[in-house]
Amino acid sequence: MIEIKNLSKTFPSKSGGVEALKNVSLTIPDGEIYGIIGMSGAGKSTLVRCINMLERPTEGSVVIDGRDIGVLSESELRKERQSITMIFQGFNLLMQRNCLKNVCFPLELAGVKKAEAEKRAAELLEIVGLKDKMKSYPAQLSGGQQQRVAIARALATNPKILLCDEATSALDPQTTHSILSLIRDLHDKLGLTVVIITHQMSVIEEICTRVAILDGGTVAEEGAVGEVFSAPKSDAAKRLVYPEGYEETLNSFDGGMVRIVFGGAAATKTPLIAQMAIDKNIAASILYASTRSICGRVYGNMLLGIPGGRQQLDSALTYLKGIPDIFAEEVKRNA
Amino acid sequence: MLSSFFESESVTKALEILKTEIPLAVWETFYVTVLSTLFAIILGLPLGVLLVAGENGKILKIPKSLLHILNVIINLLRSVPFLILMIMVFPLTRLIMGTVVGTAASIVPLVIAAFPFVARLVEGSLREINPNIIETAQSMGANPFQIIVKVMLPESVPSLISNATIAITTILGYSAMSGIIGGGGLGKIAINYGYYRYQYLVMAFAVIFLVLLVQLFQSIGTFLAAKADKRLKANK
Repeated sequence: MIEIKNLSKTFPSKSGGVEALKNVSLTIPDGEIYGIIGMSGAGKSTLVRCINMLERPTEGSVVIDGRDIGVLSESELRKERQSITMIFQGFNLLMQRNCLKNVCFPLELAGVKKAEAEKRAAELLEIVGLKDKMKSYPAQLSGGQQQRVAIARALATNPKILLCDEATSALDPQTTHSILSLIRDLHDKLGLTVVIITHQMSVIEEICTRVAILDGGTVAEEGAVGEVFSAPKSDAAKRLVYPEGYEETLNSFDGGMVRIVFGGAAATKTPLIAQMAIDKNIAASILYASTRSICGRVYGNMLLGIPGGRQQLDSALTYLKGIPDIFAEEVKRNA
Repeated sequence: MLSSFFESESVTKALEILKTEIPLAVWETFYVTVLSTLFAIILGLPLGVLLVAGENGKILKIPKSLLHILNVIINLLRSVPFLILMIMVFPLTRLIMGTVVGTAASIVPLVIAAFPFVARLVEGSLREINPNIIETAQSMGANPFQIIVKVMLPESVPSLISNATIAITTILGYSAMSGIIGGGGLGKIAINYGYYRYQYLVMAFAVIFLVLLVQLFQSIGTFLAAKADKRLKANK
């Protein structure tokens, strides 16, 4: 378990300092695939670097399995880092070493004998599907292949935590998908705790079970991915969940609005709008609708315009809330 | 007319010198250059590493004042013209070699002039490394020594070889200069015969061999640097 407690990080600067993180507290349970999402400059990279103390927090602590890693000595910390490994946006392979030697690298650092290290590295490259590239150099590989080598390298020392810092941001959607599946497979097989830092919604939707939304150095919202995405509470979460143009739609409609979210196939079977028209005589118009798959579950998201004033709106809300598996809320127009 | 040119006294003399003195001079220049470069690298490489690894305390925790002093020393040594430096270090040369004259003795001032230059070249090479790669090594638990020996130096080998080539050709030039005040080799031949005795043909021979040596060092350096660089071998 990773417990981040009241973490703050201020980078010194000429004008007094930049607060990258402000009093962040998060608990990441074991075996979770935990997403941390935010816009550029939200502090996500700083946060993930505080987990392995690549960045020393200004205040607060990081406790991993009951051990405060901020108070470890340099050499204890180096040992600890063998079990908290990391992959990066830029892959960061050693360009003058071939793939096998790259995977051997953390084992060399740990003092593992050469023959043993190479055997382990070869096994890992096979697991990530690059058995035939052992003698190739990183420059000869595609981005996706390089990230696979980096993943193999990160797993060499049998870590319990894998930190992914924008690990798929430099890859195309298809390669992103294949890397995420690999990470999920490895998570399932090895029981890793995975922390994924990203600015892409799609990454969180595809792989994460829990998510924290970081905004301006603070946690705006935290929870199970399905929950946060179906009912975002904070502005930062809403910005991420709702697509562009949503705000404009909100402001263009002149009447009451209801947002409904349905998760899972059962809810989609009900002819919802038609049924409401028949049962309650309310003619709702669809202002916006989308479906997305989150962790293998389909979520529908719809914005309905309800003409006819307060009474109609309330009766529509009551009706919709009465249907199982459907979340409904009134949407207030932004002033 | 051509035959009279070849039969003239000065040409005969020059050809005689070409046969008797130049081979030894080429050898002297060669070994002085190679040895000086070697010693300059032995001193300059760790210094360059220190300058980069110590900066900001990210890799090595070196006091800022010490780094500052190192920088000042390097800049001082680099700003003294070589000929003057050579005279200034006479006492040191005498202490180490027992004399200030001769081919071997010129190695001392050459090393002193070259090692700060090498340190700067090494510094340049190491700065080219992607800082993310160093961060990655740190994230895997590398200690400072491992970062230097297993990441920084191996990753910059091609650039270090290119810069070593620049160093050796520069030191070759210095070694020729040292001929003016007691150094041996091609520089001495060119100055003694060409400048003091107006035998320009001898001077030309010496220069031709200097050019050939530069060509040799440069070709070997370029070849090795390209061969060492695994980034260039895409899809092979």
